Amino acid sequence: MIQTDFFDEMNGIAGQNIRQAYQAYQNWYQTEDIGRLRKKQKESERLFRLTGITFNVYDDEKAKERLIPFDIVPRILSGREWARLSQGIRQRVGAINAFLHDIYHKQEIIKAGRLPIDLVSNNEAFLPQMMGVNPAGNVYTHVVGIDLVRTGPDDFYVLEDNARTPSGVSYMLENRETMLQLFPELFTINSVSPISNYPALLHQSLAESAPTWVDSNPKIAILTPGTFNSAYYEHSFLADKMGIELVESHDLRVIDGRVAMRTTRGYEPIDVLYRRVDDAFLDPLNFNPKSQLGVPGIFDVYRAGGIAIANAPGTGIADDKAIYSYIPDIIEFYTGEKAILRNVPTWRCGDKDSLKYVLENLADLVVKEVHGSGGYGMLIGPTSTKKELQTFKRKLRARPRHYIAQPTLSLSTVPIFTKSGLAPRHVDLRPFVLVSPNRIDITPGGLTRVALKKGSLVVNSSQGGGTKDTWVLED
Amino acid sequence: MLGRTAGGLFWMFRYLERAENIARLIDTGLRISLTRSGDNEKDWTSILKTAGVLQSYSETHFVEINLSSATDWMLRDKSNLSSVLVSIEVARSNARMVRTALTREVWEAVNEAWMLITQALSRKVSERDLPTVLYLIRERVAYVRGSLHGTMLRNEIFNFARIGTFLERADSTARILDVKYYVLLPSAAYVGSSLDNVQWSTILRSVSAEGGFQMSYGQRPKPREIAQFLILDNRMPRSLIFCANKIVSNLSYLQTGLELEHPSNAMAQNLLNFEKDIGDIFDEGLHEYIQDFLLQNAELARQVEIDYRFYR
Repeated sequence: MIQTDFFDEMNGIAGQNIRQAYQAYQNWYQTEDIGRLRKKQKESERLFRLTGITFNVYDDEKAKERLIPFDIVPRILSGREWARLSQGIRQRVGAINAFLHDIYHKQEIIKAGRLPIDLVSNNEAFLPQMMGVNPAGNVYTHVVGIDLVRTGPDDFYVLEDNARTPSGVSYMLENRETMLQLFPELFTINSVSPISNYPALLHQSLAESAPTWVDSNPKIAILTPGTFNSAYYEHSFLADKMGIELVESHDLRVIDGRVAMRTTRGYEPIDVLYRRVDDAFLDPLNFNPKSQLGVPGIFDVYRAGGIAIANAPGTGIADDKAIYSYIPDIIEFYTGEKAILRNVPTWRCGDKDSLKYVLENLADLVVKEVHGSGGYGMLIGPTSTKKELQTFKRKLRARPRHYIAQPTLSLSTVPIFTKSGLAPRHVDLRPFVLVSPNRIDITPGGLTRVALKKGSLVVNSSQGGGTKDTWVLED
Repeated sequence: MLGRTAGGLFWMFRYLERAENIARLIDTGLRISLTRSGDNEKDWTSILKTAGVLQSYSETHFVEINLSSATDWMLRDKSNLSSVLVSIEVARSNARMVRTALTREVWEAVNEAWMLITQALSRKVSERDLPTVLYLIRERVAYVRGSLHGTMLRNEIFNFARIGTFLERADSTARILDVKYYVLLPSAAYVGSSLDNVQWSTILRSVSAEGGFQMSYGQRPKPREIAQFLILDNRMPRSLIFCANKIVSNLSYLQTGLELEHPSNAMAQNLLNFEKDIGDIFDEGLHEYIQDFLLQNAELARQVEIDYRFYR
């Protein structure tokens, strides 16, 4: 049941009219020699390889480090489109933080009957240890990525919220750098909102989130699981751009109620830790005794206000795929406003009636694991074989609570550059949001992921997707 | 700066230096093979010994040592922990770990070195292609060194990179001297024999110093002068004393501002005691002298790890 008349962001629905945001690009493209563009596409690959901007694929010994394919055709949003999107994102992120504060304090939303209690109490992502903890400025999610898809000129949907340790921002920045190097002339004929101040904003945002007793110049570090982590490049990239240390858990130790890092001159205390490790690997004393990773006692320091951790532990309760379906209610509850950005209709397989519907209509649906990410463990009904559907039905019946289902959306397309010229491919969009006690900053654009295979709806890099530079025009 | 980062820089540059030295040794071996006919087993055995990989070779090989087996072991065998391939892998993974301490230029130089060298060593290298591959290795390591000098701040980071380089280089030059010391002994020197001329030029070639030596000492090498040159000449960037001086100055920079003096500082100073009259060195025994240097150099490396908290 794959639809064929998708909305193309460059050419519109019937493919006749170039949409306005792409007009200048189209004029430029028509005068370009296709051979030159092929060379540019090749050159972009060389640039990425040289920079070492790779990601690691788990379970793939041969290709330990892979490049995410980059496409040289930009994804362009008009200023008007972006204004509406960013308004919706701001509202959503604000509500998520209010929700997190509530859920780890009085739980008014549950008392008001707007959210079933078992969705929280039976949720692995809920951290009881966070009850009553007050992060500086009540900020829980310092860095958020909101995954959006589009189905028409004015139809954007939030696919999921990433409130734990969203990644991809280094690709957003490197994609722009690459485009500036390959096609400087395009930036003269289009006025594209700059994004290069992201690292400076992130640094500022983290500094403002330091414990209140820290003086004006807090010591900030990034915590990475190490060079084998799939997003290691990004961790080192951000540390480099911000001029701060990139630490691993065995560089850290709790000394005199502070978290300190081992330097060549002894241990130095840290005030803010931008951690890119999961909750479970943060503190073996408090969360996961089996873990070899983590800093024993760091959570006790955190709870006592001795360090700020971004994002706060326990934020996963807000981006859980089961909670996701309640986000419109959550926004209404905390802001008193209707949600500006729509959710994709979602069936929670834990509900009997929903499960029945999902099992009956599996061939038309997308099914995801509640705690999954990266496109692993999901089922896309329309492109699955009968056998795959049968296997998945067994999984669903065995652990219905672990799954949600959504209709297959007719995702918008943007052209990519292929051997024979432009060809439409499906895309999504992950804008990046910074939250500090004082502000919410949204970088114009974000990371556009694109399915490189014709007709494919899977944009995840771990499943062979690519990326594009994303432009917001200043109109 | 993090202790782990200091350790990463130290090892990154030790292994880059190692890759380059191995390439130079193979080049020397290749030159001997080309200038002499017949059985080269002895020469390649000596090369493997100089590279410090003879024992590991013997433990894993049951074939006679020849150009093909020796070069393959030194260039690309993954079970040889000092092969060029392993060295460049280790250097690059350390570089990746300390990426934030490197300029973009240095990182890209080492990353590209890794890409090109692993590519060149993905298949067995034929005798015909050896010179090109050896050249590539030395060229690419030189690019990394060049970008280090051209773009890096002269701070702690630079010092750890240099300490790694010079500890490795001193170790390499000392081992070359140790394996070949017998041709440098006055008793063994019957001047003018063609055999010894080959041996001596081998030594000079393995430290890229033929030209420099001739400029300083003239056309006809005398063993005593070669020893003087490689051990004591402070103009020669691979001599033991040159390396020792560099290690001392880099360590003393790291020491500035610290209240307690690290043991490694005094140990480095002790290396300077190896600067003495060449006649005395021969009188005391060249072999013993070199052995002692190798030992103290290795102990110093271990102390640097401890003093600057590489691991704990």
